[in-house]
Amino acid sequence: MIDIHSVLIVVVATVITALLRMLPFFIFGGDKETPQYITYLGKVLPYAIMGMLVVFCLKEVSVISYPFGIPELISCVLVAVLHVWKKNTLFSIVSGTVCYMLLVQLVF
Amino acid sequence: MGKSDIKKAFISSIPVMAGYLALGTGFGIILKTKGYGVIWAVLMSLFMYSGTLQYVAVNLLASGASLITTAITTLMVNARHLFYGISMIDKYKGTGKKKAYLMFALTDETYSLVCSDENTKDVEDKHKYYFFLSMFNQSYWIIGSLIGSVLGSLITFSTEGIDFVLTALFVTIVVDQWINTKDHRPVIIGVASSVLCLLIFGSDSFLIPTMICITAALMFMKGKEHVSND
Repeated sequence: MIDIHSVLIVVVATVITALLRMLPFFIFGGDKETPQYITYLGKVLPYAIMGMLVVFCLKEVSVISYPFGIPELISCVLVAVLHVWKKNTLFSIVSGTVCYMLLVQLVF
Repeated sequence: MGKSDIKKAFISSIPVMAGYLALGTGFGIILKTKGYGVIWAVLMSLFMYSGTLQYVAVNLLASGASLITTAITTLMVNARHLFYGISMIDKYKGTGKKKAYLMFALTDETYSLVCSDENTKDVEDKHKYYFFLSMFNQSYWIIGSLIGSVLGSLITFSTEGIDFVLTALFVTIVVDQWINTKDHRPVIIGVASSVLCLLIFGSDSFLIPTMICITAALMFMKGKEHVSND
């Protein structure tokens, strides 16, 4: 049996995501010169947005109740240190995730 | 010489291959644990193709969220894609038939690779390069979710905490960006705005206020620079 409501959830999320990706092209993508402030934002936004994404991922972490975000802190620091050291994305991600899984399942 | 451009696209995509296989596998496993099998994993990766959102969508599916909640959540999670399109307007100009797919496939990682002019120095047909790069990336994502979904049924140990792969990926990107740039104000603005808005608006509705806050701060920064340059 097909779960219609689940299908609709996927369809809604898919259509809105595609629209968000395409909208700037429809608005500014003509033959006209791209406005200067848009060019500027396009250059600096990725940095700000990546910072936002890290916070977004950690938004449910509570620092005032047990385990005080300690597993997240340890794992994030591990990922950053490994990445500065080895510069290997897969290695950093896998090590950090394994560390996190061990911490939340066995330690905390 | 078309073939060598495809080869170059493949070489550029290798770091993403690593990340997407890991993340896609994580997605497939989580989706499977909620009772949604291979077909769901592959179709979502094919059409939705948005890492963060697919992880969030697992919870929407599992909790039977309303379509309004789904729409608002999608807007809040993926509104950042508006910003990616903004910086690709000039690069994707004149790409013709390829443009629809290029726009659709503009994920965080594809975006970061397309931004890098270092990789495209001796590429002959840049549009073709962007197109194949986007396709290689998506194929890793689909293969990853396929593997995860299939392995998910064999896995007997607890997968609690596996969603940390996403956090880890963004931490590596922030580290890469930090090493490769001199001006760290944008990322500091991003983190500070997010933490501030998270404290004020709460975890369910802070992303859009954060985006407004970030845009305002960056425009203020540009305005000040303009004055000091004069």
